[in-house]
Formats: sequence, structure tokens, C-alpha cells
Amino acid sequence: MKAAPFEYSRVADIDEACALLATDDGARVIAGGQTLVPMMAMRLARPTRLIDINRIAALSYIRLEDDALAIGATTRQSLVERSALVKETLPLLAHAVPHIGHAATRARGTVGGSIANADPAAELPLIAITLDATFNVRGGGKTSDIAARDFFVGPMVTALPEGAILAAVRFPVWRGDRIGVGFHEVNARRSDFAFVSAAAQVAMKADGTCERIAIGVGAVTDFPMRLDSAEQALQGTALDDDAVRAAVSQALAGIEALEDLHASATYRQRVAIKLATRAIIDAREHAHGRPPHAH
Amino acid sequence: MSETANHFRFVATERRVREDRRFVAGKGHFVADIDLPDMRHVALITCPHAAARILRIDKSAALALPGVHYVLDGAELASATLPLMTGLDTPNVPRRPLAHEIARYSGEWVAAVVADSRALAEDAAEAVEIDYEPLPFVLDAEQALDAASPLVHEAHGSNVLLDKTFVWGEVEKDFAASAHTLSLRVKWGRSSTVPIETFGVVARWDPWREILDVWASIQMPRYADQIGAALKVPQTSVRVHYDVDVGGSYGVKRGIKHTVLVGYLSRRLGFPVRLIEDRLENMRGGDAHGPERLFDVDLAFDDKGIVRSMKMRALENLGAYAGRSPFQLGKPIGDIVGPYKINSVQYRALAVVTNKTTQDAVRGFGQAPTNVALERGMDEIATMLGIDPIEIRRRNFIRRDEFPYLIPSGTTYDSGDFHTVVDKALAATDYRELKAERDRLRAAGRLAGIGVAACLEPSGGNATFEALLNPSITTSTFMDSCRISIDGMGAVTATMHTTSSGQGHETLVGTVVGEVLQLDPDQIRVTRADSLNSLPSGTPVGSRMAIMLGGAAFHAAEKLKAKLVAIAAHDLGIPLERAIYERGSVHDRDAPQNKRGWADLVQIAYRSFHRMPPDMEPGLSVAHVYPVPTGGKLPTADGRVHMYPCVSFEFHLVLVSIDPDLGVPEIARYQIGHDCGTQINPKIVRGMTMGGVAHGIGAALYEEFAYNDDGQLIAQTFMDYLLPSSHEMPKVNVVDHETPSPFTVLGQKGSGESGYLGAPAAIANAVNDAVRSLGLSINTLPIRAAKLADMIEQAKSPRANNT
Amino acid sequence: MRIKLDINGTVQEVDTEPRTTLLDCLRDNLNLKGAHAGCEHGVCGACTVLFDGEAVRSCLMFAAQAEGTPIVTIEGVSPGPGELSPIQDAFCETHGMQCGYCTPAMVLVAHALLADNPNPKREDIVDAISGNLCRCTGYAQIIDAIALAAERLRGDNRPAELRS
Ligand code: FES
Ligand code: FES
Repeated sequence: MKAAPFEYSRVADIDEACALLATDDGARVIAGGQTLVPMMAMRLARPTRLIDINRIAALSYIRLEDDALAIGATTRQSLVERSALVKETLPLLAHAVPHIGHAATRARGTVGGSIANADPAAELPLIAITLDATFNVRGGGKTSDIAARDFFVGPMVTALPEGAILAAVRFPVWRGDRIGVGFHEVNARRSDFAFVSAAAQVAMKADGTCERIAIGVGAVTDFPMRLDSAEQALQGTALDDDAVRAAVSQALAGIEALEDLHASATYRQRVAIKLATRAIIDAREHAHGRPPHAH
Repeated sequence: MSETANHFRFVATERRVREDRRFVAGKGHFVADIDLPDMRHVALITCPHAAARILRIDKSAALALPGVHYVLDGAELASATLPLMTGLDTPNVPRRPLAHEIARYSGEWVAAVVADSRALAEDAAEAVEIDYEPLPFVLDAEQALDAASPLVHEAHGSNVLLDKTFVWGEVEKDFAASAHTLSLRVKWGRSSTVPIETFGVVARWDPWREILDVWASIQMPRYADQIGAALKVPQTSVRVHYDVDVGGSYGVKRGIKHTVLVGYLSRRLGFPVRLIEDRLENMRGGDAHGPERLFDVDLAFDDKGIVRSMKMRALENLGAYAGRSPFQLGKPIGDIVGPYKINSVQYRALAVVTNKTTQDAVRGFGQAPTNVALERGMDEIATMLGIDPIEIRRRNFIRRDEFPYLIPSGTTYDSGDFHTVVDKALAATDYRELKAERDRLRAAGRLAGIGVAACLEPSGGNATFEALLNPSITTSTFMDSCRISIDGMGAVTATMHTTSSGQGHETLVGTVVGEVLQLDPDQIRVTRADSLNSLPSGTPVGSRMAIMLGGAAFHAAEKLKAKLVAIAAHDLGIPLERAIYERGSVHDRDAPQNKRGWADLVQIAYRSFHRMPPDMEPGLSVAHVYPVPTGGKLPTADGRVHMYPCVSFEFHLVLVSIDPDLGVPEIARYQIGHDCGTQINPKIVRGMTMGGVAHGIGAALYEEFAYNDDGQLIAQTFMDYLLPSSHEMPKVNVVDHETPSPFTVLGQKGSGESGYLGAPAAIANAVNDAVRSLGLSINTLPIRAAKLADMIEQAKSPRANNT
Repeated sequence: MRIKLDINGTVQEVDTEPRTTLLDCLRDNLNLKGAHAGCEHGVCGACTVLFDGEAVRSCLMFAAQAEGTPIVTIEGVSPGPGELSPIQDAFCETHGMQCGYCTPAMVLVAHALLADNPNPKREDIVDAISGNLCRCTGYAQIIDAIALAAERLRGDNRPAELRS
């Protein structure tokens, strides 16, 4: 299990990386490498050149930019996990990050790497979709933004333009007194890729009704999905258990779920309903300052 | 047994394990750590089809690459070597390191590339062009039985390698006389031991000395002679170095085909060659797979749940070739009735070849799957009669005053006290509270269940099942040996004659020799011979080393002690019976001030020969070759044989809790009662048991070498073949009991398979207890979470059946 | 390509291919055999080293990427030849291993954990080693070892820079 030969270039800034990408069709960017390196070891990926962006200091940061928390693409997942700022502004992300792999892979794995890799079961794409994150992309000397919803197009396939590099992720921060989040995932062993994952974030009003809600489900379809119809149905309600269940069931009815050795399509669809429901109820309770239910 | 527990100085005390020091420092001596000058590396090319004829191998592009030395194919190897040894006499099912003409499973080795580095060898492997003609294949064992199915080995004429039925006692009569009968079918999924170190071997042929030096991560009886036979060189030309630390084995590290391959290459090419499997090679085609077994069990019992008779049919899916693996149907015969007084048994052992990866030996050698079948059966009886599952077992247990106890299949159990072990475990865990906890979980909407398993660990490794399944084999004992020398300066060295894979054998030998000679074990050097200067060893299989190596060390030390006493008595001029050995010196019982110390005795033996007793060899060197206690018998004509000398006992009590929506079984409580007689090193015993439980949890819930319908192995990395991590391992509480064996030197029994033998059965029973109220019965392992949830869902809403 | 690696406090120059993983480089170029290959695809953790103080998998990094970052391998943990660190000693005391193959990695993970959290609860220890597979022990005596080491280190009254 040894990688095929390749050239190695360590770059100092993102434009240098883009320039190299442009000159070599087989080149690939390496960030944390926690997915790419095993693929290379099994020769399922065979880049001719690795462009190492780990040392671009300007790509590793966590900072508030207006109404969003911006995280540089090469920021280690472990840094996000430990960040007080993330805990305060993006509790949903803070909940999800410890579920990514193991401590040892989070120590190397980057935020941008996980998103660009676009595994259907990965946590960061799910959170990005759920929170309507924006991806800041650099290529051909220009910077542009792609909405998370437009970025994922298939399992391990994204809309990242040829020759471009993901530079940062901006997660909108919800402000208010009654923001609540919920996150659930299920897998065979606790640290495996999820069979199903679900994330919810709500903002509740003082009168107990829901002002704003975002619901995402991962690992069930080719890329994480938002439950738009459920969000619409639930907005303005008190998020009663039954209403939540009904809205989520409706939103997930008839989806084509993935199937593999570990879980059937019916399992994924059914459990997506359960976990999304739980995530919303947790979020509601969290918003009201109550401890989560035992599900 | 020669001493009782409270008289031990070192045995059964919490001593450290001497091997550990090198491992915590990263200074183990593993096969991949061996660097020889000019050593070259092998990568393997494997067949991508479930079955295929090899039409053409074009090596030219690979050989043109820099740093590439050779591409070996199956035709060349087959012409130069003999097929590997097999356990059954099946000459038309030859097993070779590289496929010859036909490859019979996806992942089978077709060619081997030799290059300056492993990476270059992999580059070259990609450049070898091979044309295949895919052939029809069969994957399922029951289908393989069907005469219309493709034949895995055309020349054998059938896919059946073994079909033997034994009847021990009056089975039909007992069935007819029983008030109740019950049938069940249990499936054990293809899983194995999967050590974290893959198999590796380095071989160096020295043409001037005509010796093949071999370093390997091996756990294999008769390793050197099998290599010699296949390579057609005398066994005296194969030198296996036993001082290689093996990074886990638990049965599977057999490595004959690997070693024949690199041994041949080294001889052919004139430099040392190494093959360290990568994880893909290991999972697809190394000695990685284990039993995949289907049981049909019928039990006959009375109103009280007393089991009178059992019929068991075990169908084993061997994979494409067979080495020793069919024998894994034979080992369970040695305790076919488990800890129970079952009067008669019919057992049909059926093994077929299929187009899956070849199996090798796995911890327990077929015992853990058999225990699931039997223990699931006991639970079904309990359910049918409405009796507590523990009570059912108590009623059927052999009582402690009934030992030695002869079971229908011919083995005599040495000793045990099953009722007391169960009592202790129940007391330690507070069974009533455990049931209350289960009920609380149920009330909170969880599916919760308690499972138990009561299992034996036959130990001492006398593999007379070989002769039972293959009458041309007449081996009736599997010995082990120890040599001890006190050198001319008085230092003690003990020598063992096999590799170890984590069992702490150096500690074992040191402790036992120290115990007998009454010397600090840490002062005793323990070394390993190589195969050309070694005494016989059956190697660490069959849960045997505490008994066998411990026994050999004990007897060797006793011999040495006797020699010291004889020298002293002669020098003191007193009769032998008055000479008393104490902590390395010998004194006159009647005049204790008259004594000869250690230095005196060494002086006499090595230098003052004139003071030695007449006719005594000079020096202080002894060896002992130890046969299996109670061994030495071949099967009777009616198919009975005495196998292992002792049985250890383990009782598992597990509480499992399942979220009915998600299906993930969580182990909430885990209690074990364990009796392996005298524990020579309690730390080692505890570790083996915990490791066994973790392995058993894997087999019960996570691990399976799964195939798709095309015959492709789809669990071939650690992403899909799921080993339990610390998250999946519950806190396990163990309560010990000690029933010393009357047949072993210190009362010790085996523990190398403990935990693993009972955990899968107990977990399966707990899951069944949890879902029984839904009318479900789960008899297929591993119990995959999502599948379980799908079954729960269907049971809850029968209308969902159409999904 | 020639690269410089900072291993166990010493900078060493090695000549290696870009495709050589840090694991292979340690083992083959630098003769540091304590990091082991178990899967080479990032699951088992047997190849763990401390990279800037954090436990990472050396099979998931190319050696060239490791330039300039301090790395500690198991060989850098012993205070001297034949001497054990308190953590190594605790593993010996509880017999937190059997075959020893996963052991150097477990010891390094324990070092990283205890440097960060001197007073870990059982769950913290379980979580810290959950990325490292051990097939021998069922983890119980490894957990005991780390708990014992933590307890002993808390009682250590030497100046911080002398502790390990
Ligand atoms: S060898 Fe690196 S994680 Fe397994
Ligand atoms: S001690 Fe053998 S794998 Fe952990």
C-alpha cells in the first residue's frame, strides 16, 4: 500500500497553488490528507503532483466577519473543536466536530479538506448545508463565493471550478437569546462515518414559537440535504413533537436513500426521520434553556 | 498437582510481565523491523475475479522498470515446489502459494514481484498484464453442496471435503424418550482474529551453508518441516528464528504459503527477500479469514429442561482451499456437550470449498461458533419452558463431585465447579438489580435484554481430532519442551522453542523455573532457540502453553534441582533423602549447618569433577520434553477420542440495551465468572480474558468478511471490517474462581481463548432477550445494527413487509 | 528529495522520495522502528507519533510534509537506555499490552493526553485511545495504565520541565 510516484510542491500562498494547479492536469491540493493519503496508498487516487497548502499561514484562522464566522480552509478540525469562539457563535458546529473521525485525524484534518472532499456522510458538509455557509474560492487570480447548496453535486463531487482552491468557509451566525441546536448521528462504532446524521438549529421567540429553523440530513443521499418543506411547515409553530415528526416525515418521504454493506436504504430513510426529529426537539429544548430529552 | 496455592512464592502473584519493557520502549523485534543487507521486497498481484482461468501473464513491462528483479508466476513455482501440506487427504485440492492455471477466489495471489523497495514492487505489479477468462463460481456453502453448482476443484469431483457423522450414545432412543424437542439454525458469519500486525516473513538462502534462514511473524506447528517439504530441501536446511516478536496472532499467523514463496525467491535470486503483507493483501488473500459456519441443532429435553440428547449439523464454508481449517470442525468434539450432562450426541461435520478466501485457524479453533449454537439452544429451551436461563443451565451442569467426567464423545473433563462460578458471578453483579435495571430500561422505551453463556475452554492442546477426522494421521500427543542450564558462573538460562505472540511465555518460563528452584524469576534469563537447535514444541495453539510449556519448564527445573541435590548429597556424604534443597543450597536435614551453597555446587559440576557422583554428566544442563498429560490415545473404532487434558470454565452475564429506532446494541453491563485453575500470572490471564471479550464483541456485532454477489470481498479494509475500539468495549467485571486441575503441574488450565469463547453467545442471547417480546429471534452473527433495526421495524409494523 | 526532520530533538537530513510516508521514512530512513504499520490507511493508529505535541498518524502524512515540525517518536520517550518514563512504567505495572504491536502508539497517546489533561476521567482515557486499535487487550489494562500514570504524575513534585 504505497502511493504511486508524484512531485511534491509546498506553496507559500494560494495564488502560487492555483498557478501550479493550472500547469499540471494531474495535480491535487493536499491539506490535512486524512482522506487523500489513504486513497493514494491504495492507488485509488494518483495525483502527479501534490500541492501542499498546509503552510499557507493566511489560510488558517477562525474569526468573526460581520454576521459570519469565517474559518480558513487549512484550519485544523482540532482547532475548531477547541475554539471558544466557535462554541459561542456556532454551537451546532461545535456539537458536530467531535464526531469527525478521531482526535488523531482531527489534529491533521482541515475544515476545507473535509468540505472539498464532499463525502456524503461527513459532518462538515452537513453543517455547512444546514447553516447556509458560503465557500470562498480562489482561482485564476480571482475570488468568488459559492453557496453551500450549490457546491455539493454528488458523492465526492463538487462545483469547485477547475484550477480553483477552497480558501475559507463562512458560517452565518444567528444572533438572539433563544438559539438552540441539535445534532445526532448513528453508526456501528462511535467514530465511524455515520449511517445517518441530522442537524438542526432553531431560533425561538419569547412566545414559544419558532422564528427561524434550519434542518439538515447527512449520509442518506449523495450529499447532505436540507429539509426545506419541513422548515416552512414548522416556522411559526411551537415545534410540538408531533408536528415536528409529521413535517420531517413528509419532507423525507420518497427520497432515494443510499445503501451499502452497513445499512439499507429503508434504514437510512426511516432513521433520517427519527434523527432529524430528535435534532429539532433537542434544538427546541436547547433554545428554551432546558436539558435534552432522552430519546 | 504438586503444591497448593498458598505455598507458591512467585506463581499466582501479581508479578510484572518481563516482555513488556521492550514493547513500551518500541524495542520489540518484529519481522518488519528486520533489515538485511541486499534485502529485496515482494508485492503480490491478486486475481480480480471470483474464479478465472489465467490465460496469459506478460511480465515484460514490469521487468523493464528500474529496480525490478523478478516476476514469479504460479507455473514456475508449481514446477519447482510441492503443494502445501493439508490436514485432510485431498490430493485433488492442492494448495499452492500462487494460483496455477486457475485462480479460485478474488484476491488469490497470481504472481509476485520482487523489487528494490516495496513501492517499486507495487509500481511493477501494476505493469504486469494478465488475461483472465472468468469462470462460474459458488459462494454459499449450501449452494456448494448442490451437485449442480460449479466445482471449485474440478478434479476433486465435488465441493465436499469432509462429511462425517458421529453418533455417541443412543441418540434416537433419547429423542424418542424426551417430552420436548426443539430445532434451531444458527449462522456464524465469516470473521477472524485480524491481528494489528499483518503476516510478514524474511527469508535468506545461504548457498554456501545450504541454509534458509527464516524470520517470520509465525504461530504455526511444524512450520520448518512444512517449508522444507514444499521447497524440497531437507528440514536441516531450514532455520526458523523463534526470537521474532509476533504482533498478535490468536491462531491465524500460519504463513506457510508466504514463506515457501519468499524462500523459493531467495534461493532463485540469491539475495534475502521479504514479504510484509499490506492490509489489502492480508484481508484478501493472507491467512486472514476464519470460520463461516451454519448450524442446525436439535435438542431433546424433559419438562424440567434437562437436555438428554442433541443432534448438531455443522456446515463450514472453507473458502477455496483447505490447510488445517477443516479440523476446526473437529476440535469442538472435545467438549461437544459444553458444561452439560447431555447423554447422547449426533454430530455431522460437513465442510465445503467455495470461491472465497481460504480460512485459517482462529482462536478456539471452531469452539466459539459451536458455543453460540449450543448456548442459543439452551436459551430457547428456557424460553419454551418459561424457566430462567440461568436456572436451566444450573439444572444441566455437571456437578463438581462428578469429575472426572466422561462425555459421550470420549473426552474426560478433569475438574470444575460450574455452580459456584455462576453463584460468584451473580453475587458480584447483583443479578436481581441487573434484572431491575433491564426492566427500567424497558420502561423507558429501550429494548433491553440479559444474556448469559456458560462455556468451557478445553486446554492443553492435544489435537487428536486430527486422527478422528483423518484416520491416516496417528499423532497422539503434541509435546512442548524446556532446556535449563546453570552456567559455569552460576547463572541460569532457560530456553523455549517457539515464537510468542503476546502470551508472555518468557514470563511463564521464568516464573515456573523460579518457583521450582526457589530463585528470583527476574534473575533467570529466558531465551529462544532456533529451529535447528530446538527441542519439540507444539507451539502456542489450543490454549496450551501455560500447561505445556509451564509443564516442561517445571519438569526441567525439577530435574535440575534433583541433580543439584544429588551432587550435594554425594559431596556431603549423606543419603539422598537427607539432602534438602532450599533457595539454591542443599543442607543435611539432620545437621543443617552442613550444606553446599550454589557456588559450591556450580564449582563441583563444572570444575571439581572428582567430587561429582560417579556416572553423572558434568555441567548443569537439563532438558525436558513434556507430553500432553492424559494424552497418548488414538480414537476408538466407534469415533470417540480423549482430547485436551483440562477444561477451564467461563460464565458471561451481559445486559444489552438497544434504541429500537437505531438498532445499535449497547452493552450496559458485563460480568464474567472465570475459572482457569491456578493462574501462573494473573495479569496475563486478565489481559487474555479482556482481549477475548473484545474479540467476541467484534464477532457478535461488527466483524465480517462480507462478499457481494460477484464474489468480491467488500470488507477488505479497516473501514469496513470493523474491529472494536475502546468505545465499543464495556467495562468488564471479572470474578475468579480456582479449581486446580489434577493433571497439570501447578493446577493451571488454559486461558488463551477465554472471553472469546463465551462473549458472542452471551451477546446474542442478550439481544434475543431484548427483542423476544417482538417475536424476533436473531440467530445470525454478526448482528448488524441497521439490519437489526430493520427487523425490529418489520416486527413492529407487519404491513411494512413490502419494503 | 532531501528533507530535514526534527525528530526527538535532533534535526536529521534524509534523502527520500516525495511519496514516502512519514511512517516509512522513520522506519526505513531513520531506523526508528517503534512506529508500526498496521493498516497504512489511517484506521488503526499503530503508526502514531507526536507531531507538535499532538498524536497523529504517521501513515497519513508524507515525510516531506513533516519538515520543520517537532516530532516525538516512542524512541524519544525513554529517559535513557533501559529507563522507562512514568507512563511506560505504568503500562508495565498494569500489563497494558500483550503482543506489543500497538503499544508504542498507545504510550504516545497517553503522553499527549496527560500533557493536556493531568486528571482524566475514565471516559477521557477511553476517548483518547479510541483511535488506536488493540486486538490483544480489550483495552482494560491500557486504561488502567493511563489512569495509574496520571495518578503517579500528579504526585510528582519535580519541576515541570523534568517530568515526562
Ligand atoms: S498504520 Fe497508520 S493508522 Fe494504521
Ligand atoms: S498489544 Fe497486541 S495489538 Fe495491542
